[in-house]
Amino acid sequence: MSDTAIKFENISKQYRLGTIGTGTLSHDLNRWWTINVRGKEDPYLKVGQVNDREAKSTSDYVWALQDIDLEVKQGEVLGIIGNNGAGKSTLLKILSRVTNPSTGRILAHGRIASLLEVGTGFHPELTGRENIYMNGSIMGMTKTEITSKFDEIVEFAGVEKYIDTPVKRYSSGMTVRLGFAIAAHMEPEILVVDEVLAVGDAEFQKKAIGKMQDVSNYQGRTVLFVSHNMGAIEQLCSRAISLDKGKINLSGTTNEVINHYLKNNSIVEGKIIDSLKIHNHQISIESITINQSPNNIIVINPHENRLTINIKGYLSEGKKMSLEIRFYDQLEHLQMLFSPGHLYENIKFFEKGQFEISETIVLPDSLTKNEFKLTIDVTRPNIEKLFSFRNSVKLICKGIQGYSGLEFPASNCGLLMLR
Amino acid sequence: MSDINKEWDFIIEPKGSMFNLNLKEVWHYKDLLEMYIKRDIVTFYKQTLLGPLWFFIQPFFTTIVFMFVFGGLAGIPTDGIPQPLFYLSGICLWNYFSESLIKTSDTFYTNQAVFGKVYFPRLIVPLSVTISGLLKMLIQLFLFAGVYIYFLSKGASIEINRYAFLFPVLIFILAGLGLGFGIIISSMTTKYRDLKFLVAFAIQLWMYFTPVIYPLSVMEGNYKKYMWLIQANPLTAVLETFKYGFLGRGSFSWFALGYSVIFTFFILLLGTWIFNRVERSFMDVV
Repeated sequence: MSDTAIKFENISKQYRLGTIGTGTLSHDLNRWWTINVRGKEDPYLKVGQVNDREAKSTSDYVWALQDIDLEVKQGEVLGIIGNNGAGKSTLLKILSRVTNPSTGRILAHGRIASLLEVGTGFHPELTGRENIYMNGSIMGMTKTEITSKFDEIVEFAGVEKYIDTPVKRYSSGMTVRLGFAIAAHMEPEILVVDEVLAVGDAEFQKKAIGKMQDVSNYQGRTVLFVSHNMGAIEQLCSRAISLDKGKINLSGTTNEVINHYLKNNSIVEGKIIDSLKIHNHQISIESITINQSPNNIIVINPHENRLTINIKGYLSEGKKMSLEIRFYDQLEHLQMLFSPGHLYENIKFFEKGQFEISETIVLPDSLTKNEFKLTIDVTRPNIEKLFSFRNSVKLICKGIQGYSGLEFPASNCGLLMLR
Repeated sequence: MSDINKEWDFIIEPKGSMFNLNLKEVWHYKDLLEMYIKRDIVTFYKQTLLGPLWFFIQPFFTTIVFMFVFGGLAGIPTDGIPQPLFYLSGICLWNYFSESLIKTSDTFYTNQAVFGKVYFPRLIVPLSVTISGLLKMLIQLFLFAGVYIYFLSKGASIEINRYAFLFPVLIFILAGLGLGFGIIISSMTTKYRDLKFLVAFAIQLWMYFTPVIYPLSVMEGNYKKYMWLIQANPLTAVLETFKYGFLGRGSFSWFALGYSVIFTFFILLLGTWIFNRVERSFMDVV
């Protein structure tokens, strides 16, 4: 059981930024000249920099993955977590041979079935039955194999009734269920799953997680599972890795990695202004306060449920600006959005020179006990982002209390208590 | 570490070897090839009233139009072959080639959704297009056979001879050229899409350099200067040989046919080489 199923050796992946168009031909020629004629290394492999989406890159090339060394044992369920853009999907794409690594190599045992995104390669005009055969063979199954699994697949997906209906008439949930059912039943030695569970309903999610557990526990198969759903990761995975900016920053037991990830993503005490990112250089910011305080930890309760945001700065050119504030929960799910610009077209024009943006949000007084992370953006709605404070504020919400002083935590009461 | 000596089932590396064609892998996915062919044929007439009849309608009407325009208005002779037979044979063969080429030249672009999610030998897709096109052409040749029998019974001066046995060779050339050119173009259009526009237009012109609407003898009589251009066209021998073998008119030369066969092998080799290089990295550029 302790055999290595997959071995990543020094895997890196480089992407080119921007559009492919003018200028690439000269890069192509230069690259071709350097590699093939002068026999040197690829010149553009050196200039890449770390994939940090926040900082505007100075190079045209970026490393989506850098020096990934990883061994996955047979029968192991490995969870992969990380922020958006950390390289999770790229890693799985390389493993499923959709794209090539720029350097390094992967050694693997057995067949790989991948479930990247949904409805992998269904043809809308074909019926469910035809698509099962089509899809199964795309994933490398033979016809006889599919026939022997056919009934199981249909039953698992719960589409008996619609099996002779073209897939274009299926709901998105049905499509995903069918897609998952096919991949799960092809009995690959390695199953790669990327965020598919998000689409199915609760019952199907349970079924899918159960199936993945079966696949690994009883059949000794290896599963790589990418998700933002920490609950699912915790339930399924025996081991996890956390990716950050294309590198593995922690590998260990699932709990260790999840805790580390959540802690790293939590906000340490400080000033809000320290998280400032300016996207437009005609702007400079002097101060930001929430409820007259420059600090980034704010406590509210049902009686003090106002947030007054005040931003002062200097414009070297007149601009239309509006505030957008996003409230994320601990697992990075967006819960609420404040955007007067989108809602009321409340977009003020600010003259060149000193400016002051001031907005007051009145939060519902029936919020449950919760903790939010706030991202504050100043934008011209639908046009451009001018500057932002990403994950900058921790908002501790004491929450509404019951008649006897009972607390209602968001984890089992949801966002709001309804009246 | 005993791992190192163990046989790995597969290795993923930045670049494969140049001629690593992996036909074994294509063979392993033969069921998928079958599914793709079936899909192409079945979806062709889904949600249509006339269904498979559409396979015949298109060559039928094209023949009538050709008879009117080229045979009637322009008065181009057909070597004494009844006009319907002459045009129909040309249209069936030419359409097979041009459709294979146009459809395969889109391979990466139209399949990026599937290619972006799962791995299978990409060559399967253009192969399936070529084979389903072949089936379509064979079906259309039934129409040709029907018309052929009609004219035979009316006593037209057409005769089938032993050169008709070269038919499989002709199919190989048509399929090979369509596939070969198609995958070269598809590989090149992943990055620079200009070629796509050129193809649609070039293929139209190409037809006029191929004896589809005129027999080779007419060209030889009127435009001797440009004969080299038409003889350099590897499709010329295919059409002439077909007409010579089944209708007993036109010209046949082993040299011309041999040239076409060699040309086809060359294009196929070049095509698979380029395709093989592109298929590993195209997702990043398409």
